[in-house]
Amino acid sequence: MARMHIPDGFLDAGTSAAAGAVAVGGLAACVRVARVELAERVIPLAGIVSAYVFAVQMLNFPVANGTSGHLLGGVLAAVLVGPWVGALCVTVVLAVQALVFADGGLSALGVNVVNMALIGAVCGYLVFRGVRGLVGNDRRGVLIATSAAAWSAPVMASVAFTGEYAVGGNGAIGTSTVLWSMVGVHAVIGIGEAVITTLTVAAVLTSRPDLVHGAQGMIDGTVSPARRPIAGFAVTAAIVTLILAAVASPFASSSPDGLEKVAADTGIDSGATDSATVDSPLADYGVSGIDDEGLGTSIAGIVGVAVTVAVGLGAFSIIRRRNAPRPA
Amino acid sequence: MSGSHSGRTTVDVRHRVGFGIAPEAKVLAVLATVAAVVATRREAVWAFVALAGVVIAAAMAAYVPLAGLAKRLTIEIPFVAFAVLLPFLGRGERVDVLGIDLSRAGLWGAWNIIAKGTLGVACTLVLVSITTVPDLLKGLERLRAPRLLTAIAAFMIRYGEVIRAEAERMRIARISRCDNARNLWQAKALASSSGVLFVRSYERGERVHLAMLSRGFTGEMPELGTTRARRRDWQAVAGFPAAAIAIAVTSWIL
Repeated sequence: MARMHIPDGFLDAGTSAAAGAVAVGGLAACVRVARVELAERVIPLAGIVSAYVFAVQMLNFPVANGTSGHLLGGVLAAVLVGPWVGALCVTVVLAVQALVFADGGLSALGVNVVNMALIGAVCGYLVFRGVRGLVGNDRRGVLIATSAAAWSAPVMASVAFTGEYAVGGNGAIGTSTVLWSMVGVHAVIGIGEAVITTLTVAAVLTSRPDLVHGAQGMIDGTVSPARRPIAGFAVTAAIVTLILAAVASPFASSSPDGLEKVAADTGIDSGATDSATVDSPLADYGVSGIDDEGLGTSIAGIVGVAVTVAVGLGAFSIIRRRNAPRPA
Repeated sequence: MSGSHSGRTTVDVRHRVGFGIAPEAKVLAVLATVAAVVATRREAVWAFVALAGVVIAAAMAAYVPLAGLAKRLTIEIPFVAFAVLLPFLGRGERVDVLGIDLSRAGLWGAWNIIAKGTLGVACTLVLVSITTVPDLLKGLERLRAPRLLTAIAAFMIRYGEVIRAEAERMRIARISRCDNARNLWQAKALASSSGVLFVRSYERGERVHLAMLSRGFTGEMPELGTTRARRRDWQAVAGFPAAAIAIAVTSWIL
């Protein structure tokens, strides 16, 4: 089961509160853009798409030999209705699950929103746009981009979880152990997520391509020629940055990064009174070998760039929309 | 609001004792109690026993059947599995428990997750056992949750059952046509249904929106109810979070 609803007690109170603050900020941005995109239709449409995400999470998809798993649906929502409305819908689903079904801790709601709505939908959509820019904006390109994004979203969320765990985890496992077990598990889960998400988007593209937000301006439709070169440049720049982050960051960091350093210095990475603090994440990295560390830093670099670009694009699109509001 | 649709997803709570208490008081009390549980020092085992006592007292005060509560706690199991691994994978000082070599920090980590997670789920379950879903949203709204979000959540809950039922009909149609996929590469029919489900849901949303417009909708939902929590509502629930916070504070002092 691809369950990532973090319960109460998994992260300490401070980390949960900080994640809550990030979630509220990200959510405010989502609400803003969703209001512009959907105008007064936002309540019924976002409500019903939330209900759809909720229903899709209940569908049991076959995995192998009769076992089944379920979809997380962040990228699916983002590709179908856009990253902002999608993130809003996933958030509402998470909040209802926590409050009504006791699925996921109330104190961990902020963390869950950050991992699954903001990273899952918004950063997932960024990957979608990047890949679509590379392979072309036609049906094939949209589907390839969808599968890449759907695979990467759970992986990015698991990297984010590792970061949160390193800062405010109440357990005692080394950061690299958490990173590799979480990324490993979610890289496998991501395959199922990618197959189902892509097939679902393909089905919608066949019957109602106009409803697929991520396929706006698809090659057989209308593309405004003035915007294309700039979009192409932006996407190429984003891809180059991502590759640089992946390739260069392992070489760049010979000391523990800020998060880990803070965690180790203040002793919050494991029970503060325990002798376990003697083992800092750095010591742990020494054991796990240089390959792991390099790869881990690459992934962290990619996610860092993705998050940064997502925030930047979000700010940019809010400003642009405010300057030139399109008729709803 | 959720009316006849709420039958499958939530229990009927309208006969329960705590049902009459203003929802915002109940929601705030549960949020405060969960915050206190999370902030309790994990080495203070007695504190968790006391906190469990507080939650059980709340459940009993509301006449929530404890057996049913225990059964619904099983939602936590996927994460308990993660917690069980901690003592084996943990670092630092090792201790010998029943002949098995375990990490002391890992044991505390596992205990921390299981204890706090279980208490957190139990608090939420007591809340939903004595509060209808519309009331829950009403309470959140009065606690200044953004109206847009509560309105979207209300729609989601109202149509959740409709869309779930549609998905169920599609599943039965698929199975009656002998499509019973067992492996991921056979999932095409299921994914097509999920795509069709999206198109139908979206079109339903557009129809609902038009119906709302024709009834004078302007983009804002009317406020849900007007009565607010009175002093006796707060008094009815205040004891539980107060006790939990006192326990959390004491766990750090002692």
